[in-house]
Amino acid sequence: MPARLKLFLPLVLFALLALFLFRGLGLDPRELPSALIDRPLPEFSLPRLGEEEPVSRADVVGRTAFFNVWATWCVSCRVEHPFLQQLAERGVPIYGVNYKDDDVAAERWLDQLGDPYLLNIADRQGSFGLDLGVYGAPETYLVDAGGVIRYRHVGVVDERVWQETLQPLYEELVSAEETR
Amino acid sequence: MIPEVGHFALIIAFCLALLLALVPTWGAWRRNVAAMSLAPGLAVGMLVFVTTSFICLAAAFLQDDFSVKVVASNSNSLLPPIYKFSALWGNHEGSLLLWALILALWTAAVALLSPQLPLLVLSRVLGVMGAIGVGFLSFSLLTSNPFERLLPGIPADGNDLNPLLQDPGLIIHPPLLYMGYVGFSVAFAFAIAALLGGRLDASWARWSRPWTNVAWAFLSLGIMLGSWWAYYELGWGGWWFWDPVENASFMPWLAGTALLHSLAVTEKRGLFKSWTVLLAIFAFSLSLLGTFLVRSGVLTSVHAFATDPARGMFILVFLALVVGGSLTLYALRAPAVSSRVSFGWISRESLLLVNNVAFLVASLTVLFGTLFPLIMDALGAGKYSVGPPYFNAVFVPLMALLMPFMGIAPFSRWKSDSAARWRSELAVPAAAALLCGVTLPLLHAPYNLWVALAVLLSAWLVLGLARDLWRKVRGASSLRQGMRRLTPSYWGMVLAHLGFAACVVGVVATSQYSIEHDLKMGPGDSEVLSGYEFRFNEVAAVRGPNYVADEARFEVWRDGKRIALLAPQKRRYLASGQVMTEAAIDAGLFRDLYVAMGEPIGDSGDWAMRLHYKPMVRWMWLGAIFMAVGGFATVFDRRYRRQRSGARAAAARGAQYAG
Repeated sequence: MPARLKLFLPLVLFALLALFLFRGLGLDPRELPSALIDRPLPEFSLPRLGEEEPVSRADVVGRTAFFNVWATWCVSCRVEHPFLQQLAERGVPIYGVNYKDDDVAAERWLDQLGDPYLLNIADRQGSFGLDLGVYGAPETYLVDAGGVIRYRHVGVVDERVWQETLQPLYEELVSAEETR
Repeated sequence: MIPEVGHFALIIAFCLALLLALVPTWGAWRRNVAAMSLAPGLAVGMLVFVTTSFICLAAAFLQDDFSVKVVASNSNSLLPPIYKFSALWGNHEGSLLLWALILALWTAAVALLSPQLPLLVLSRVLGVMGAIGVGFLSFSLLTSNPFERLLPGIPADGNDLNPLLQDPGLIIHPPLLYMGYVGFSVAFAFAIAALLGGRLDASWARWSRPWTNVAWAFLSLGIMLGSWWAYYELGWGGWWFWDPVENASFMPWLAGTALLHSLAVTEKRGLFKSWTVLLAIFAFSLSLLGTFLVRSGVLTSVHAFATDPARGMFILVFLALVVGGSLTLYALRAPAVSSRVSFGWISRESLLLVNNVAFLVASLTVLFGTLFPLIMDALGAGKYSVGPPYFNAVFVPLMALLMPFMGIAPFSRWKSDSAARWRSELAVPAAAALLCGVTLPLLHAPYNLWVALAVLLSAWLVLGLARDLWRKVRGASSLRQGMRRLTPSYWGMVLAHLGFAACVVGVVATSQYSIEHDLKMGPGDSEVLSGYEFRFNEVAAVRGPNYVADEARFEVWRDGKRIALLAPQKRRYLASGQVMTEAAIDAGLFRDLYVAMGEPIGDSGDWAMRLHYKPMVRWMWLGAIFMAVGGFATVFDRRYRRQRSGARAAAARGAQYAG
């Protein structure tokens, strides 16, 4: 009886959805694809924000630093910005990766809200972000002095995230760097 | 001691829910009147014990009992009492208890306010709601016990409530939203009861309509408050982000909108029966899915709860049981043969079908966009995020297509109508709407085509309603008498449709006309925005109960008159060290003026300031309020009251029904 079979369609669709949801439980959307943890920061050569002078991997590697992926179109980046500013004031080195953004808007943002970054990599096409495996701004990567990615945080960095996760990791890497 | 009482009360509530799920349902199956009669008592008992539990947790928060884990993580002795209370639902465990409380409220309300329902139907409905209660109460007790103690090592003070949540909007936003979410469980329970009983006639639609309307009204208010809160609290003037958590509340609303229109067809014409049942299941399933998405951590969101895979697993299993079970029941019991009643293409049925298709497609689109990152990730196809461009690109045309039909529907006739009648009656409103669409946007330079389109479509709705009102009233001896003849259901529809029109105008006008200036300002500086002069006078240090703040003081002048004082703040919360921007807003029906503080620049006292001019932004929230009032108004319809007074007769009819 084909008319009755038709009524099973919603059930079938739901079963399919439930399968995805089940698979989703095992995945962490905030997790870096494991391939990149403890791997070197990908090579890149991109302009500095607002200038055509290129920056490459060699210019930003050499000390323990954070790489913050941000954009003016990103809601949470607005929320995050004041805290990055505080970190910069405490002397924490942060490089910016301005992700798929408009240079003019990005510069205006930095003029008006303050600039916590040592320098900004203008990733207009998102190619560097693709290599990093960026899921969505904001994301923050911790890279050690040897240029190896040690940690990735997806989402806003705030006081709690800083104190509970990032600061201990950062301080450990800095002291390792000093004793070497 | 009090937390243990609360915990114990929660366990008793769970036992009562279990009895409610089993005994009356068994009674309905075996036609055992004694077992069925237990249902209302059990429902009320569940409410009493969940309420007791809720009060105990509230007491722990108000008395700063930091030995209780959720209190220690979400409250602080300096927190103002009202926020201590609302901190109860500012976290996963407490908000789940609120969910359970509201479910118990709805269940008891169905038990107490439905004397016209045959006992057989009532016991099935309450049984389904009891089963949902079992799911949520066991979720709370097994994975998210709100009464867990921190022993030993009681902290001296709490971590404080997230400052974003320390806000009047957030006191009432979650309860209203949950009233809506959970309210759809009533429509769901009625649908399941109808499937169980095997009788999908107009009566179940009539019974579930008022409940659905009220739940929908609460959900509208809840979503509106969330949007309003984001607008003034996040400090940058946005009011909708298509964030997964927002989508989680929006999807049930869209499905619910389709459902309440479809219920009208089923009640009045006995059509779309299987379809309406499916929508009822769909609306509540989306509420549950929203709960899953927000609490399981499968999607990232700005305001997701702290997540835990064990909890995610629990909800997923629960979701599979409820949705899978109800869809199986649907597949087995829904009538497969199409109804013998027919309707012409030009009829109210067709127009309501358009509504159903539009809102169903809309909710599926939002569902797909929300789940897309998860699906791609699960397929190993990479990580994606779906943003506003996708949602806007699908949503805006869909609503624009819907609105021309929406203008005709209130006016149309059931079964078969004629295009000639529509033409002759609606020619004047159509011409007038066109005139409004062309001329009204002239009031705001520069001329904007999107606004013109929005005004045209909204005017079409409003003028169509006006025409219909006039048509209904003109036969009466006086205007007053004519008005009196109209039913609350009709007024509810009019209000909700007006609200929708206001919403559309507000959304489009504020998206198109808003002006935003981000600039550096020092005391003494001023800036002109669309004729309003913002004068920045000074920055003062102020102290709140649990924060310190810099407060910028602005005067706004227009045409030589001072029209507003604005004092935005930059707050630093003492317990967490978090910095929050508190925007200052001068609200008006036709425009909002909005100032938010950025960061201090240099040492000279300069600040980054964000000034906004936002025309008609209030219209969208006013529109939502209209929709909600419309939803509430329908409950006062005489046909529900008559049933109540004639309860005895109905019970007699019910006995017949049961046989």
